[in-house]
Amino acid sequence: MDFKEKLLASHLAFEERIDHSDPVHQMRLDALEIFEKKGFPSRSDEAWKFTSLGATIRQDYALFPEAETTIQLKKVKKYFLYEIDTYKVVFIDGVYSPFLSDTTHDGLDVCLMSAALSKAKYRSLIDTYFDKITNKEDSLTALNTSYTLEGAYVYIPKSVVAEKPIEIIHFSSGQEKALWLQPRNLIVVEQNAQVQILERHQSLKEHDVVTNSVTEIYTHQDAFVDYYKIQNDLSTASLIDNTYISQEKNSNARVHTFSLGGKLIRNNLNFYLRGQHSNSTLKGITLLKNQQHVDHYTLVDHVSPNCESHQDYKGVFSEGSKGVFNGKIHVDQLAQKTNAFQQNNNILLDDKAMVNTKPQLEIFADDVKCSHGCTVGQLDENVLFYLMSRGIPKKEAKALMTYAFANNVLESVELPILKKRINKLIAQKLGVNLGFDL
Amino acid sequence: MLTIENLHAQVENKQILNGIDLDVKAGEVHAIMGPNGSGKSTLSSVIAGHQDYEVNHGTMLLEGEDLVDLSPEERAHKGIFLSFQYPVEIPGVSVTNFIKTAINASRKAKGLEDMPANVMLKKIREKSSLLEIDSRFLSRSLNEGFSGGEKKRNEIFQMAMMEPKLSILDETDSGLDIDALKIVANGVNRLRSKDNATIVITHYQRLLEYIVPDFVHVLLDGKIVKSGTKDLAVELEEKGYDWIKEMA
Repeated sequence: MDFKEKLLASHLAFEERIDHSDPVHQMRLDALEIFEKKGFPSRSDEAWKFTSLGATIRQDYALFPEAETTIQLKKVKKYFLYEIDTYKVVFIDGVYSPFLSDTTHDGLDVCLMSAALSKAKYRSLIDTYFDKITNKEDSLTALNTSYTLEGAYVYIPKSVVAEKPIEIIHFSSGQEKALWLQPRNLIVVEQNAQVQILERHQSLKEHDVVTNSVTEIYTHQDAFVDYYKIQNDLSTASLIDNTYISQEKNSNARVHTFSLGGKLIRNNLNFYLRGQHSNSTLKGITLLKNQQHVDHYTLVDHVSPNCESHQDYKGVFSEGSKGVFNGKIHVDQLAQKTNAFQQNNNILLDDKAMVNTKPQLEIFADDVKCSHGCTVGQLDENVLFYLMSRGIPKKEAKALMTYAFANNVLESVELPILKKRINKLIAQKLGVNLGFDL
Repeated sequence: MLTIENLHAQVENKQILNGIDLDVKAGEVHAIMGPNGSGKSTLSSVIAGHQDYEVNHGTMLLEGEDLVDLSPEERAHKGIFLSFQYPVEIPGVSVTNFIKTAINASRKAKGLEDMPANVMLKKIREKSSLLEIDSRFLSRSLNEGFSGGEKKRNEIFQMAMMEPKLSILDETDSGLDIDALKIVANGVNRLRSKDNATIVITHYQRLLEYIVPDFVHVLLDGKIVKSGTKDLAVELEEKGYDWIKEMA
């Protein structure tokens, strides 16, 4: 039995585990049908031309962890922003960990998807928002929907500013030899509300874990969402991240994605600008080596006029790593006065690394400003000479240049402690001490 | 200090230097002048060790030690400093952090500990005031958005911080207005001592009114065709390079 068949066959067992009187069960069944019909994407799909899931799904994975695992805080503390106070929604092998979490219902909701699905008081919100902006035809999203059970649920009421950032962290313990996880997050930010969220997936020891995650984010009028994805997992962990963001009038949504480690990462990041004067930011730093593979597949859909979107992705690749960037900007006929910018710059540090970059602009309005630029290059020899002539050894000089290349993406990070951490991570990945405080 | 004999160098199979002889002693300032394309900048790149230039004949010694096989950073550690004609921009790395990195890299190569932060800070203050650089400038990203004058001033600031034995100023006067030129020249003059030496590479005599050389050499087609005192620079300014070409 191949893994697709296993997923279809195991759904009955899944149904037995859950309360299927919840409001989304018919959606699960419908989604399963779509997944059955479409199956996993293959390289013959245009959207998956440069990323193959073949080897990933040839393997078998446990869908439900055998036993609950507990983890000592001191062992995982470094994965949290422990320097500051945060809300935390933490899962171990897909199961909620009350011990590591710090949730709230005080003025805002930072809690569990399972609670939101099962409790009557959330019913109308679930009816309004659950699975409403996803791409129903996307087979991996459908697969996630069909197994929806757990994840983070965040609700920020009108005019509330979440005072602490929210950390959504998924640990995989390695208890299962191979594990397939499907977290589902729903984030609703009401009018004039603000929130900062960090999401990370982290294996605690080497084992085959694949996470197929779906996150829906609703940004209402004048709301602000500042979202950070930290992808620095072990080289045995793969992630398919499907994120859908809708934006109403005057809203501002920003997603920074730091892809610094993992086996195979696919980021399907979709923005829908539905209200006028909304502003979207998509930024990323990808820094890979060995056989790592990261694919950024972005869609910015300008449906309303007078909106702005900014995309800036920087990639640094070495030692057989592969990067893909596919950035699609769609400007609807009605979306006049759109400003849409896209930039993807890559550096190949050696001749074993590879990048495929592809901008896709579909513009149906005539009064718009759209620009895109892709570059793939090497470190500039003249800059290298300058640094070396100042006594800086070649390796450090290259690191400094790489740091300088990626750095401007960090400028827009509004959490100072996170900025510092990412800076340090980059320096660490480059294998050098840059000789100054980051 | 620097002894160059019969130096030949090429870039991408194109011969640029055709037998340079130059002897620079401690305490001296040498000016190298010449028309565009004569090999001035190549000579500075070759001394500093740019890997694109291949030395195919001759010797180049710093205090008796052969430089030819040393990397640019090793030459820097031995006390060679090149002030670039076109300094590069390093976004996200401040002037201060850059100079700290450079100084500590040289110290590490010599087996020394990092310079203590307070000593570094004091030195930065002292040297930046020498070049009339204000402290806000020091926290800006290296050369990013700097004016031509700021870039050159920053080069000389780095030189002051690194205290090289041999400084090469490659077209430091280009793009400078007269006030900036005076500040830069004043900085260079105050750094001069009996223990260090300076090579000033320039197209025009103007800079040499402020940094007065002990010797002036004229470079033509990759060779030094005439040497003299500072009067030679004045003569070149008046007559141009053609008369030397005819002589050569």
